[in-house]
Amino acid sequence: MSKSNFTRRGLLKTSAVAGAGLALPTIFTAQSAHAFTNEPTGGTVTLGFNVPQTGPYADEGADELRAYQLAVEHLNGGGDGGMLNTFSSKELDGTGILGKKVEYVTGDTQTKSDAARASAKSMIEKDGAIMITGGSSSGVAVAVQALCQEAGVIFMAGLTHSNDTTGKDKKANGFRHFFNSYMSGAALAPVLANAYGKDRKAYHLTADYNWGYTTEEAVRASTEAMGWETVAAVKTPLTQTDFSSYIAPVLQSGADTLVLNHYGGNMVNSLTNAVQFGLRDKQVNGKDFQIVVPLYSRLMAKGAGANVKGIFGSTNWHWSLQDAGSKAFVKSFGTKYGFPPSQAAHTTYVQTLLYADAVQRAGSFAPCAVAEALEDFEFDGLGNGKTLYRGADHQCFKDVLVVKGKENPTSEFDLLEIVEVTPAEQVTYAPDHPQMGGPEAVLGACNNGA
Amino acid sequence: MLGLTKKDLQLMLIVTGLTMLAPFILNPFPESSGMAQFNAGYPDLMQRFVIFGIFAIGFNLLFGLTGYLSFGHAAFLGVGSYGAIWMMKLVSLNVIPAIFMGVIVAGIFSVAVGYICLRRSGIYFSILTLAIAQMSYALAYSVLTPITGGETGLQIKSTDRPLLSNLAEGETGRANLFGMDMRQSFELSVGDWLFTFNVGYYIAAVVMLIAFYVSIRIFRSPFGLMLRAIKSNQTRMSYTGLNPRPHTLAAFVISGMYAGLAGGLLVAMDTQVGPERMFWTASGEVVLMTILGGVGTLIGPVLGAGVIKYMENILSKINKDVLHEWFAFMPDGLEDFIVFLVYPFIGKGWHLTLGILFMLVVIFLPGGLVEGGQRISKWIKNRRKAKDTGGSTEPAE
Amino acid sequence: MEAIILQILNGLDKGSAYALIALGLTLIFGTLGVVNFAHGALFMIGAFCAVTFSRILTLSRTVIDETQTDFLGNPLKVDVPYLHDLFGQATGDAIIDWAVPLSILFTVPVMMFVGYAMERGLIKHFYNRPHADQILVTFGLAIVLQEVIKYFYGANPIPTPAPQAFAGSLDFGALLGFDPNLIIYPYWRIIYFVFSAIIIGAVFAFLQYTTFGMVVRAGMADRETVGLLGINIDKRFTIMFGLAAAVAGLAGVMYTPINSPNYHMGMDFLVLSFVVVVVGGMGSLPGAVLAGFLLGILESFASMREVLEILPGLNQIIIYLVAIIILLTRPRGLMGRKGVMED
Repeated sequence: MSKSNFTRRGLLKTSAVAGAGLALPTIFTAQSAHAFTNEPTGGTVTLGFNVPQTGPYADEGADELRAYQLAVEHLNGGGDGGMLNTFSSKELDGTGILGKKVEYVTGDTQTKSDAARASAKSMIEKDGAIMITGGSSSGVAVAVQALCQEAGVIFMAGLTHSNDTTGKDKKANGFRHFFNSYMSGAALAPVLANAYGKDRKAYHLTADYNWGYTTEEAVRASTEAMGWETVAAVKTPLTQTDFSSYIAPVLQSGADTLVLNHYGGNMVNSLTNAVQFGLRDKQVNGKDFQIVVPLYSRLMAKGAGANVKGIFGSTNWHWSLQDAGSKAFVKSFGTKYGFPPSQAAHTTYVQTLLYADAVQRAGSFAPCAVAEALEDFEFDGLGNGKTLYRGADHQCFKDVLVVKGKENPTSEFDLLEIVEVTPAEQVTYAPDHPQMGGPEAVLGACNNGA
Repeated sequence: MLGLTKKDLQLMLIVTGLTMLAPFILNPFPESSGMAQFNAGYPDLMQRFVIFGIFAIGFNLLFGLTGYLSFGHAAFLGVGSYGAIWMMKLVSLNVIPAIFMGVIVAGIFSVAVGYICLRRSGIYFSILTLAIAQMSYALAYSVLTPITGGETGLQIKSTDRPLLSNLAEGETGRANLFGMDMRQSFELSVGDWLFTFNVGYYIAAVVMLIAFYVSIRIFRSPFGLMLRAIKSNQTRMSYTGLNPRPHTLAAFVISGMYAGLAGGLLVAMDTQVGPERMFWTASGEVVLMTILGGVGTLIGPVLGAGVIKYMENILSKINKDVLHEWFAFMPDGLEDFIVFLVYPFIGKGWHLTLGILFMLVVIFLPGGLVEGGQRISKWIKNRRKAKDTGGSTEPAE
Repeated sequence: MEAIILQILNGLDKGSAYALIALGLTLIFGTLGVVNFAHGALFMIGAFCAVTFSRILTLSRTVIDETQTDFLGNPLKVDVPYLHDLFGQATGDAIIDWAVPLSILFTVPVMMFVGYAMERGLIKHFYNRPHADQILVTFGLAIVLQEVIKYFYGANPIPTPAPQAFAGSLDFGALLGFDPNLIIYPYWRIIYFVFSAIIIGAVFAFLQYTTFGMVVRAGMADRETVGLLGINIDKRFTIMFGLAAAVAGLAGVMYTPINSPNYHMGMDFLVLSFVVVVVGGMGSLPGAVLAGFLLGILESFASMREVLEILPGLNQIIIYLVAIIILLTRPRGLMGRKGVMED
């Protein structure tokens, strides 16, 4: 280890700072030296990949990290170029971003907002990261997004599904490609009404925290608009592992549909428990009992095994999509790692490309310039069809996939099948929609930092 | 001087020197070297070192002196943080009232908790504190969302208009001390080294020095002696006609206020609070810090806090690519092999290293890192003694 | 009425998991005087014994199926378990289906050995150290064990279903004369309850009616005197540690079909099981079992919709609230002895 200052990276860095350093001691304030926080001066630019590496979402974080590494490889001209070939914007040419080679640092969010902020701060303060991206929960996304707003860097959200990220807590420096609770509800309701009829009685189990609340609200609103009735909604603690005492009374309530507003480990356990109780073999009100999981994650659904079969849910993206962009991404990811990417991997890969492209189009790394380039940007070829990055709330509007657990999977990755691709218009809402915090929620002004 | 004995004064001066020069000490490696990964001299981590140092000092005042093992101390840190951030959102962006608010709220909360929990001792006390902390966490995460912000926590928003501030329309307030922004830094670049002097860090460091001084005074005071009597034999103490309860409660409240101080400072440095701050693992962390450093010693808890925060923030950021760069000078096969060996312990495996470190310290150094230091210095002294048999280098005590 | 019967069933089921873990924890504390924070990790390792065993059963050779394609468009690789080759497809699948119950045979020796190794290798050196040191070293061990499991098995839960024969649920209400579908309970959970009852009964019988158990109980009460009688109590205590580990492991194995195991399931149970042990009274075996069932039932009642409408959030704190009330009214928990762990 003692020899490590002679490594490749060391040499690269030394040559880059040789001109600037080595002078007599100089004292200056950070403010006067740069036009904006962490302005890249050498031949490289550093991105910060902040993902959960410990804790229950570590596998999801690992998949995000794989996608980031792939994106960096493609941006620097390596590999087969992946989605760069199918992306509608042709600004990126494999020579890094604005001619600067892309480097990255990684950190561990632990899926805790404190730890995530500490990690993001170290990237900004120590490593000079110009953009922070990643995360696997809305709590972390909102916390890190607020930090990036203060510090004056761009935040490209990873997997975060709560309405709040681009609703109540939206920030001018933060951008989300992933879909949200409202979209899940709007996409699911018509499909559910179609498959299960319009006079269903729904029983909600909701994870007792912000994401659960927004998801329950969204699914309730859109299913009730279709004619469903909500019999009851019970909140379950996040730390709950055994859901039997919540599931057992469902049949007694006269409900014929169970909606599980749970994610991750909660979802795996509550779904497993619900199937164990044999709910799906029962008949209530003359109808087959059904279970719905508003937000699916393939990685996590694997933990529920055969229990997901035939259960409806929504997802941001799935590797079995047949458009050119998805195919290109699955091919380069699958060839490099040997298995298909998850939706978390997809959204983080796309976010990295979108950021790079926006910088390229803006001709500057300055956050405000990048934000302007991303706002109301329309693009295609990144796997979800035609997509709009809306300027009013920095949320992407694109098609939403309604999926169903597959009856006869051919491999361990083949768990979900796409039932319907809900067009973007159907899931679009006004920026000041009440579920998004109403008119009080403001985006604020973009911040270039120091 | 300052009411301290010569030895304590020495310790105080060393700690002062270390904290004031921390930006130099923590950045020993040149920016362009591969070892720069191990530099810890950036504002956020330096702030965390001293803030968690305060937290651990406070915890040690309770555990180290009275022997009462509180397993819910993070609740006070969290409550203090919530108090501080509301102060900033509603009243003033100046950090001083916010920190005071944090201390007061945590103090009041610890009076209530202490009154209930100190009715029991031993593990029953630990479980009572744990139960209260877990309840606080669970409620803050869910039912109390209107007050605590729930999962997404509280931040200062652009719509917040504190009473004593003159923010422009749409401007987001920032924590400051009479106009000095906490995040303001001066940078000194000497050759290939870059040193950052951060306003927030120095404020937190001064607070920590005061906290450290107060803790020395408590350790050496008759009150401190009384607390130690509680630890060694409570029954005997009550036979002498002294009631241990008020003393333990006082220690508990002081300790809780230290946690509130740390919580308030956390908010002052980084204006955000989330409920995980109160989860039982956070309470466990301060226990680990204190025991790792050395229970009942003055400097131990600070050292322990430093080691844990260093691992959490530095070790977790080393990824496979960085490893490959380090060992790039080796032949390919050997490089891969070494990376394969080291990889499980860094980056996403930092918890594993932490676990192993705890086990090693507890097994071989029951007195924590402080004992390790003492053993080394004793060993050096003995060797020196053996060399020049006169022992003339022995300092007079 | 139906709702109450249902929640009592739920409570008994939850309680049996709590009781089993707390029982093992108390065995170790009562015999060796060691506070074992790695007990949750033993529960987790037990669950992963089931996972490992089912992986062993499904060890496969790869066959390339030209008629299907994988996600990259290449011919699909299909895994054929060696068991199919050995016993034919039907029998092979049946054995794999029964992986969880069969893995009990695998788990008991493994857990006995893990417990033995833990006691001889680590815990032994901590008998005379303060409880805080014991807690810290076993907590460190728990972190190490769970990280090792995470390294090999990943962080996501791994499905380990019960045999097909036990899928679905029993209409308990119909047996009691209620309308059908009102009180249903999954077969596997009923099995879990019965299984726990048997294990708990067996442990008590072992301690009560065997000479070995009698010596151990005598050792728990007064270790020195038993030692002076020339009985090698240490050796027996080591065996008790192995036994406690096996109990935790079995609790873990049988729990896998209820919730898919993941590497942090031990930590999820750790705090809870300590609360159970302390509420029951440190060192009291009947106390641990009683407290396990009591907390399980109360937790189930607190999660009822009707209760939550009156007291929102009660389900979040019920366990801790009960613990506080019991500890304040009964200083040493439900059945604790005086002078244990009060210093």
